[in-house]
Order: sequence, then C-alpha cells, then structure tokens
Amino acid sequence: MASIAHELAKKQKEISVSEFFEKNKHILGFDSLTRALITAVKESVDNSLDACEDAGILPEVFVQVTKEDNNEYRVIVEDNGPGIVKKQVPNVFGRLLYGSRFHTRAQRRGQQGIGVSAVVMYAQITTGRPAKVKSKISDEDVAHECELVMDTKKNRSQTVREDFVIWDKEHGTRLEVNLKGKYVQGKQSIFEYLKGVAIVNPHAKITFIPPDGGTIVFERATEEMPPPTREVKPHPEGVELGELLNMAKYTEAKKMTSFLNTEFSRISLRVAREILDIAEISHDQRPSRMTLDQAGNIIEAVNKVKIMSPETDCLSPIGEGLIRKSLKNVLGETRASFYAPPITREPKVFGGNPFVVEVGIVYGGQLNKEDPVQIYRFANRVPLMYQQGACATTQGIENVDWRRYGLEQRGGKGIPYGPAIILVHVASTKIPFTSESKEAVANVPEIREEIELALKACARKLKTHLNKAERKSKTRVKFEIVQDIIPMIAQKSAKIVGKPVPDIAGTITKIMNVVWVEDEVTYDKKKHHVSVKLYNYTPKTQKLHVHMVIPFDKVDEKSLAIAPSEVRDGTKVSWDIKKIASTEVFELAFDLKGVNRGEYDDNEVFVSGIDPASIIGADILPGDWDLEHITITEDKAEEASENGEIDYDEGAEVIDDEE
Amino acid sequence: MKNEERHLRAVDKLTELAADIYTQLDERKIPKMSIPLRTKSNIRFDRRSGVWKYGRATGVRSAKKLTGAQMLLRTMYMLEFMEEMIRNNKSSTLREMYYISEGWDKAKFSAQDESNMLAEDLEIITTCMREDFKLRPEEDGARVIGNITIQETDRKGKKKKINCRDDVGDSGYGIPYNVEREKITFVDCDADFIVAIETGGMFDRLVENRFDEDHNAVLVHLKGQPARSTRRFIKRVNEEMKLPVCVFVDGDPWSFRIHASLAYGAIKTAHLSEYLATPTAEYIGITASDILNYDLPTDKLNDRDIQALNAEKTDPRFSDQFWKHEIDLMLEIGKKAEQQALAKYGLDFVTDTYLPEKLTELGIMK
Repeated sequence: MASIAHELAKKQKEISVSEFFEKNKHILGFDSLTRALITAVKESVDNSLDACEDAGILPEVFVQVTKEDNNEYRVIVEDNGPGIVKKQVPNVFGRLLYGSRFHTRAQRRGQQGIGVSAVVMYAQITTGRPAKVKSKISDEDVAHECELVMDTKKNRSQTVREDFVIWDKEHGTRLEVNLKGKYVQGKQSIFEYLKGVAIVNPHAKITFIPPDGGTIVFERATEEMPPPTREVKPHPEGVELGELLNMAKYTEAKKMTSFLNTEFSRISLRVAREILDIAEISHDQRPSRMTLDQAGNIIEAVNKVKIMSPETDCLSPIGEGLIRKSLKNVLGETRASFYAPPITREPKVFGGNPFVVEVGIVYGGQLNKEDPVQIYRFANRVPLMYQQGACATTQGIENVDWRRYGLEQRGGKGIPYGPAIILVHVASTKIPFTSESKEAVANVPEIREEIELALKACARKLKTHLNKAERKSKTRVKFEIVQDIIPMIAQKSAKIVGKPVPDIAGTITKIMNVVWVEDEVTYDKKKHHVSVKLYNYTPKTQKLHVHMVIPFDKVDEKSLAIAPSEVRDGTKVSWDIKKIASTEVFELAFDLKGVNRGEYDDNEVFVSGIDPASIIGADILPGDWDLEHITITEDKAEEASENGEIDYDEGAEVIDDEE
Repeated sequence: MKNEERHLRAVDKLTELAADIYTQLDERKIPKMSIPLRTKSNIRFDRRSGVWKYGRATGVRSAKKLTGAQMLLRTMYMLEFMEEMIRNNKSSTLREMYYISEGWDKAKFSAQDESNMLAEDLEIITTCMREDFKLRPEEDGARVIGNITIQETDRKGKKKKINCRDDVGDSGYGIPYNVEREKITFVDCDADFIVAIETGGMFDRLVENRFDEDHNAVLVHLKGQPARSTRRFIKRVNEEMKLPVCVFVDGDPWSFRIHASLAYGAIKTAHLSEYLATPTAEYIGITASDILNYDLPTDKLNDRDIQALNAEKTDPRFSDQFWKHEIDLMLEIGKKAEQQALAKYGLDFVTDTYLPEKLTELGIMK
C-alpha cells in the first residue's frame, strides 16, 4: 500500500494525477458505475467516522443519494465531526495523498489518504462539476462553504466560490458531489454497506436517504466511544525493504542508531547497536545514505536479534458484548432465534503487526434455510463488499467442517448452508489486503489460523444452543401427548361408552416416566423473571438438586422464595428440592434486577442427585462444577421399541398401489 | 344383512373399540390398538378365494408416540362422528369427513389421505365396510359401453333399465359409487368378455372403432387406478354374467399395479380383496416384450419408474414367471410405452391387430 503511494508520489511530476487516476480506477474502486457510487459513499463515510473518533465525538452520519440525471447522482455525506479549518479544506478534499495518517501505524479505516479526494476527482472527471464542501468548527459562529475544482496536473485544488453561511450545527462537515454512477439494491449496495458500518460501529448513528425515497436510520447501540487507537511505530520484524529505505530517507534522525531506535518500536539503543553490528554498518552513518545492500543486511540482522513482540494494546476490537448488541440492533428484522455469544480472540502478531480476530454468528428466525449462509466481512471496522472468495475470512469459513456445528455443508468443505449469518472482523495496525483495492484480507497463515479458531469457538456455542433446542422440542412433543392428547382421548372415550372420565395420572407417568424441567426467562419492567418448573411425571415422589449459573448479587431477594443451599463464586447457585409428589409441579422462580436487557437470555440449568435417565429438559451437572453429590453422568440410551412391537404409524413403506 | 342391521353392527363394533381404549386408561396403561400391517410383506395368497389378503402380522398404534396418540384421538373423534351419522340417518363423503375434522382441535387431519387411511383402518379393525359407517367416496366417473342391460334404482327409488350400449351417449354408462344389489342388478347381457381400459383416450378409440359391437365386448374405463366401485362392478359382472375380464393398460410399472389391484387385490385394501378383486382377470396391456416385438415408440424409465419396478420384484403378487420376466426385461431395456403408442401403425391397428392377437392367444376370442 505504502509502496504504491510512494511510487505515485515520485511520478507525480511526470504524469498528471488524472492520468494516474484513469489508469488505476480499479485500484481506487471506481471501475464500474455501480461500484463508483458505493465507493464514493464508502470513502466519505470512512472519512467522517475517522474524523469523529479522532475528536472523541459520537458519530452521527447522514448520507443522501439523489438521482440527478440518467447516470448522474448527487451524493451528500454529512457528519458531526470536529470540522476542518478553512485553509485545510482544499488539501483534505482536493489533493490526492494528503492525509495525516500516511505513514502511521494505527488501526484506522483509511490508510493511504487517497480516499475522499479520489471521490472529488472522480466526480469532477465524470460530471465536470465542482465539489461543494461546508464545514464548521466549534470555535466559530458560522460555517465556511466552498466549491472546489481540482487541478489534476498540479495535484492542487482551486476554490472557485466561497462564502460564510449560517449552519444550525455546532460542528461538522458536509460534502456534496455529483458523479456518474448506478444505484442498485442487493448484496453489494449502499444500503448493505451502511448496514455493515452500523454493525461494526455500534457507537455511530447513521441515516440514509436512498434515491427512491424513504429514510433508513441505524440507531446507535451504545453511547460509549471505542477506546482511542494509538499510533505505534512499525515493529522491525516484517518491515519490507522498500519501506525501510523510504523511512531512512525521510527520517529526522542523524545517525543509524537513533534512526532504528526512534522510528521502530521495541528497538532500544542496545538492540540497535547489536543489529548494526551484525549488519556491519557504522553506528554513526547517516540514515539517508543507507544502500540497498545495507537495508537487506538490516532485515537479515533483525531476524537474528532477540526483539520483544510488538505491542498489542494499540488495537480496538469491537468486543464480545458489543458485537452481539450491535447485531441484534441492526438485524432485528430477521427475528433470528439465536445470537451466539461472539468471540474476540487475544491479539496475535504477523510480520511485526498486531492483529485481532472477532467472530459472531446469528442463527434462525427468518433467515433462509436453503441458502448459503450470509458472510459479513470487516477489516478495521470497514465492511468488505467485493472479492468475497479471495478473502482469508471466507477461506477460513470454507475450511471449517460446519456439519459438526449444525449447519449443512457438502463434503464438510465450502460455504455452509443454513439460516445463519457469520460475521468476521479483522483489526490490525496493518491489514494485509490481497490487492490495492482493499476488498479482501490476504491469506496470511497466522491470520487464517486465528480466523478458524475464532469461528470454531463461536460455532461450538451455536451447536450447544441447537442441541438444547432439539432436546426441548423432543420434550415438548411428549408434553403435548400427556397434557393435551391423553386428556382428550379420556374424555371422548368416556363420552362414547357413557362412563365417567377415567383418571389418567397412571397413564401419564407411564408415558413420560421422567422429571421434566422447563425453564424460561422473560424481561419486563427492567427485571428478568426467571422460572424453572419441575414436573414430576414419574410414579414416585422425587427429590433432587437444581443448579444454575446466575449473577447472584443481582437476584431480587424479595422474589426468591426458596433459599439456595449453596452459592459458589457468586454465580454458581444450588438448591435442594426435597419433595415433589408424583404428577405434581414444583416451581423455582426469582427476578434479576439491574441486568441489561439481552445480557441474560438463556438459563443454564443443571440437576444432580437424580438418575440422569429420568430427567428431561436440563443437563446433569458437569464434573467441572465439582460438587460432591455428583456421581452419575452417563447419557440416557435411546429407548428401544418395546417388546419388539412394530409401530403401525411409522412404517417407511408406501402402501398405496398408486404411488 | 339388511342395511339397518349393518349400521347397528357398526355402532356396536365402534363402541367396543372406544371401550377398549377406555379400559386401558382406567387400568393405568398406555392406550394402544393392534392393526394388521398394511404392507406388501404382510399380504398372503388365499387359495380358497384366489386373491391376496392381509396376513397375521400386526402393528401397534400406541399413545406413547405423538403420531400414535394423535391417531388414537382422531379415532375417538371419528367414532363419535360415525355414531352420530348412523343415529341421525345421515351420510358424508370422505372429503366432507376430512373437512368435518377442521373442528376437532388436536385431532384435525392435515390431509385427506390421513382421514381416508384411518377410515380404512377402522374397516379392518371392525370388519365393517366404510359404507356401514355412512362414509362414501366421491363419484369418480368411470364408465361402461357394451351390450349389457342394468337395472338401477335411482335416487327417487324408481327402477330404471339401462342398456349400456343403446340407452347411453358416447361417454357410456357412469358407474355409481354404490354398485351393490340394492342399487344395481344385471338384467341381460349379450357380450363375450370385458375389456377394462386404463386411459380415456384408448377407451374412446375402441368406442370409435366400434370394438364393442364388432367383437361383442363390454368396455370399462378404469380412469387410472380404479375406484372400489369400478372394481366391484367388474367383479360382479364377471361372477354374475360369467364374462371373462381382460385388463388393457400402458406398459409401465404403475399400470402393472393397476392390473394387480384389479386382479389380485390391492395392498391398501387387501381386507376387501375377496369382495373387490377378480382373480381370473387377464393382462393384455403393453409388456416389455410387446415394446420389442411391435417395435413401439417409448419413453425412458425415470428414477421413480425404476424404483417402482424394483419394488415390484419383492411384491409377492408379481412373483410368477410371467411378471418376473416382464419386469426384468423392462428394467433391462430401460423403456416404457403408452397403450396409445400402438397408433404408430395407424388408428385401427389396436382393434384390428393388437387386441385380436392378444385375445386369441388367451383363447377369449376365437
């Protein structure tokens, strides 16, 4: 990335920028009319979000696209960022490669300063119309508005009109450009892009008015800003030859030792000297005199010297809690039945760059069962829209055997099928993209491995949920038999033979012969109401222990009728249930206060002190809970058909001669 | 047995069934019901009657499983409904009965097949017939052309004599759903044999070519897999008027089954085989050998056809030499043919050549 920028900078005198632009349309994301429109929105929105975050402002971004003429659209992007001081406006919007973060190593959306000025240039090339920029900083009473035209030969822009205007906004920036494009809907569209932005930027509020009217608002899911990302100097491992030469050329350091010490992270003066000794370079040499051979020697030497791993606390992952909250916020209309607890892995390092992988899975609801799963890819909080197949995130998904986790997948390879959305976010100070268009994460082994580990960890949670759901539906079937059907049979048969309705308790306990556990969480009036019902459908009186994982300090004491027998670690709570008579129901219920909605969706209920074969609806307490009264853990074997009787209604054979 | 008695007997049997379930509940058991298995592995050849009936294997419908419990509940609702009909002297079609179940809450049927099947289950268990329960099928429109005179008692109770050649239009005499003696008697017949025909197109071809007149034949249109009344009608004509029966169908596995249900007894209704099947019926439909001998235009067997043929290889009704040979041959050539494929040799070929050849071979035509 950096290298192409430098190449471009070098050639700037020789070829005009517009010529370069024309030749590199595909790199800049303007290779088709459809994509050009998306790119224009994308670059402007990225710019707005970065500006807001730099200033510690909760972003509020407004995007409007209107159709002007056949292929001409007007794109308006407005933010509540800090604003841009008047004299910098032409630089920010009208000069390629002008940016404050060129050269820096930090987790950022834009990395090369081509972004928004490329939009302005593309607009000008395709429609000949100037860009309109309005900006206001909080120190001033009025906003500054101007129209910019780019001088593509000099890579400078000229202000053709400017004015001071009243703007009912404390601070912010608004960009309006007219450009040739094509507005589409579907998987690769502005709407999908903004949806993705909203998912990975839960602190941002995004409003979109599409050309066909209507207003779409993605409300923010949190009022908290992500922690600011820190700039870090490059780690010497993984630095490339050209990069090293360039850094040496531009450094302010006068000697090689101080160059290495100040421009890189984790190189102390002692280490710098050690490297230079191995590379056989004088400590006092001027960095700008460094030759190609010397640079090569330094890179080799770096590998021989012990250097501390890069810092990893400069990254800003979205975080497990927020991913889930944000997915729920944005994908609410899919009515998904399950949001798997997302996984944020510990930061790892590739080629001297720290990175972190995050994965989330959404399952069920109105998501289509027959289709391949939907993949949402993100790099540094930017949705990736194109080149899905080439992306390491996709390849990671294809490499996992999803059949083990409850999704369909032919041959255990490839994109799985099922009602699911898989989100993968890679954050790094330097995302390795497959190409300059920044649409696919390169297949770096360290990153691939982390992606797969994160996917598997999240998929396991999905599988646990699916298992539980399956067990519940099996129980529900039996419940329907004994609660609804048997009483109706008793009633009808009694009516036909003209006798009193028989007592069916005996029949019911014979059919079930289990203690059935049904648990439920409901949220109302800022409280979670938890209920665990134990139905004794056995012929005997039963006693057992019930265990739950709950934040015990949040339990509303008034609501807790039965005192626990034990509370461990503040979360592992046990009750002794001394007596449930045959066909009786026992209810254990309490309220949780002060737990956020969505943070307690599922009960974890375990039982012990009872034969595992006679319990349905709850798991036997796992061994790692480590309680003394647990002994039996084996699974209940699937009951064989009784006395070898053939089930009349479940024969597979078709008995109709017509079929 | 008179109608009245039949209905009373049905009520007794149905009540017995409910009482059995009631007793099981009262004795704290899981209610269940045994029913002969209606599968091809449980049909046995009955030497005395010459047809295939259910064997001794039974299956159990138990309230332990959801489907079983649901079926038992439906049975209770159905019993109640039938008793009511008998008491109020009403009757309903199978389809109406399916719609009646809309109001049965958890006992509601999800498809008419289910309610039809349960009605058959009850026939088997009670040894009654669905007519005894006041259930009747839809009119199915099978028709007859030929020189046979029938006396039908119409809906007003008037007796009408109908000659199935002279008193009817070109579409023939329509077989009613009830073909029992109280409805139909055979008065006279001047015909040598019956040809039962699968498709309407072929029936019309034979009518247009006057095959019935030229060869003294009674033509019956089966309309695919024949309804009970059509099979019963053919059986009565066969027995009472002593007419031999020939079955003229397409050459594919499904047509083989049409013949089987008419001649040997259907798997689905094997409890009624003795009453519905005509064991002496001869097959004169298209065979795999015909496809080769007559060089007929064909279609490729599809996957379902192949599956059906393989299923027939383990169907005891097809275990004789003739069927074994023809089924294997059809699988081998991988082809099937419609009866109308005979038109390759002209519209008269079927009546002038094909049928006379087949019928002479069987000794039915001289």
